[in-house]
Amino acid sequence: MITAIFDYEFLQNAFASGLIIGLVAPALGLFIVVRRLALIADALSHVALAGIAGSLFLSQNVIALAGLNPLYLGIGSSVAGSLLIDRLRELYKSYEELAIPIIMSGGIALGAIFISLAQGFSTDLVGYLFGSVSAVGREDLYTILAVAVITILFIVLTYKELFSMSFDPEYSRAQGISSRALNIWFMIVTALVVAGSMRIVGILLVSSLMTIPVAAAMQIAKGFRQAMLYAAIFGELSVLGGLVAAFYLNLAPGGTIVVISILILLLVLGGKKLVASRNTARNEEVETGEL
Amino acid sequence: MTEPLIELEDVSYRYGDTSALEHIFLTVEKGEFWAVIGPNGSGKSTLIKLILGLIKPLSGQIRLFGRDASDFREKEKIGYVSQKSNAFNRAFPATVREVVRSGLVKKAGLFRRYPADADEKVDSALSAVGMEEFAERSIGDLSGGQQQRVFIARALISNPELLVLDEPTVGIDRKHMQSFYNMLGRLNREKGIAIVLVTHDVDTVSELVTHVACVNRSIHFHGPHEEYSRQESEIRTEWYGHAVRRVHHGSKAADA
Ligand SMILES: Nc1ncnc2c1ncn2[C@@H]1O[C@H](COP(=O)(O)OP(=O)(O)OP(=O)(O)O)[C@@H](O)[C@H]1O
Ligand SMILES: [Mg+2]
Repeated sequence: MITAIFDYEFLQNAFASGLIIGLVAPALGLFIVVRRLALIADALSHVALAGIAGSLFLSQNVIALAGLNPLYLGIGSSVAGSLLIDRLRELYKSYEELAIPIIMSGGIALGAIFISLAQGFSTDLVGYLFGSVSAVGREDLYTILAVAVITILFIVLTYKELFSMSFDPEYSRAQGISSRALNIWFMIVTALVVAGSMRIVGILLVSSLMTIPVAAAMQIAKGFRQAMLYAAIFGELSVLGGLVAAFYLNLAPGGTIVVISILILLLVLGGKKLVASRNTARNEEVETGEL
Repeated sequence: MTEPLIELEDVSYRYGDTSALEHIFLTVEKGEFWAVIGPNGSGKSTLIKLILGLIKPLSGQIRLFGRDASDFREKEKIGYVSQKSNAFNRAFPATVREVVRSGLVKKAGLFRRYPADADEKVDSALSAVGMEEFAERSIGDLSGGQQQRVFIARALISNPELLVLDEPTVGIDRKHMQSFYNMLGRLNREKGIAIVLVTHDVDTVSELVTHVACVNRSIHFHGPHEEYSRQESEIRTEWYGHAVRRVHHGSKAADA
């Protein structure tokens, strides 16, 4: 594998993209999880599906667009979807979660229409649904890199505000933080990461990479920074392991990445339980010793 | 004379069709310690939210530090502890230090890191509330009363000139409540921080406060504490249906 990376450009693309996504998706995912917005990532990925399917359909039917990389329309529709969700959440203030099924089913519906209109892009589409090791091009890699730079800049520059807003929205508004503007940017960046991760983990599994490593990290982290660090480490381990397994066993990387991240979560939960039971055993020993 | 910290002039507010506050006049000067009292649903939290700019008045004018509330930007001058502070998710991964530090978010400014002395400030804010040993603990692992003290530390860390607290003693036991109120008294006397405290424990704070405002949709009484003491039984009979006998009488001189 190590030598294969030097031999094949597609492997370089896949691994470089994977390493970037393995870091960025869980880091942003931490904010998504603590703000209880995990379903939004799912909704956005399905809107991205509409964009991808629409783009593939256009490429088939409009000669000028034959070489269009579907990632761009995927990103575009996911960003548009994020702004729509934001509007709907404002509109239905006391039923914010209503926005999610509306946008999600809208995305799937459009996707279904484009897929049935077009003929014969099933292999391409499967790559987008479950991720692909072989289909990641240089252009994809550069797009993913750009998405990552924007995301990291966003997190670094607004970390204080994002933390405050996530932990205590009312307090941060009382401090004069414009939660409205920050929220819109947050939604846009989420849409970018969702669309950017799609190439590697696939539309159907994008949100798992943003939530499962975070779920594992939250089990053992004491603070927020620590949770972000652990989430990124677990994300990277999942992506690396998942890509290697996918390449050798000829499987869809989305599947292997998510299975590994779940295994990590189970290991963390098991390890935590073991430590806890050891501690109580030790305490009991001390207690009986004292008697 | 310096500008009053808070000025409400004929302020009214309604939630949809429910009128919450009507024709409120209130002036809080530097160094004063106000107790805001009133039955449930009387509009105390609404008053606090108006002062903090979380909601905009339907009519009337609010001025903070001499400036119109909607133009007031120096929010770090106001420390806030809300009624629902510990409604956050206990599994939220944050240390006490991270939570207290977030009280500096406005002072540090957008796109900037926390200042280099932020950690020192966290430590001294935590020791002001007797929680210095808990800095590296997870916020979710603390008891309700301990969390509440952490939120006070978060409100204190930016060195506010005005502290606004909405029923901050929810979940604090009797013993700690007294020491908590004493701490507020010290902050008020020694550092000259003005305090607006929404509370139901009128008796416990009566020795500390300089002014009392009685809210029930409109303000029924506002003024120095001694005057309130004189009218107290009437106000209480009107609100709670029975006169509450006070255990002791604090005829506190307005020493602020
Ligand atoms: N978000 C809201 N939407 C609609 N009505 C509200 C809302 N918040 C408060 N109210 C109403 O406004 C009135 C004042 O509420 P407020 O929360 O200010 O009372 P309070 O004095 O703080 O009560 P408590 O002692 O229970 O905290 C109540 O009648 C309440 O029903
Ligand atoms: Mg209230």
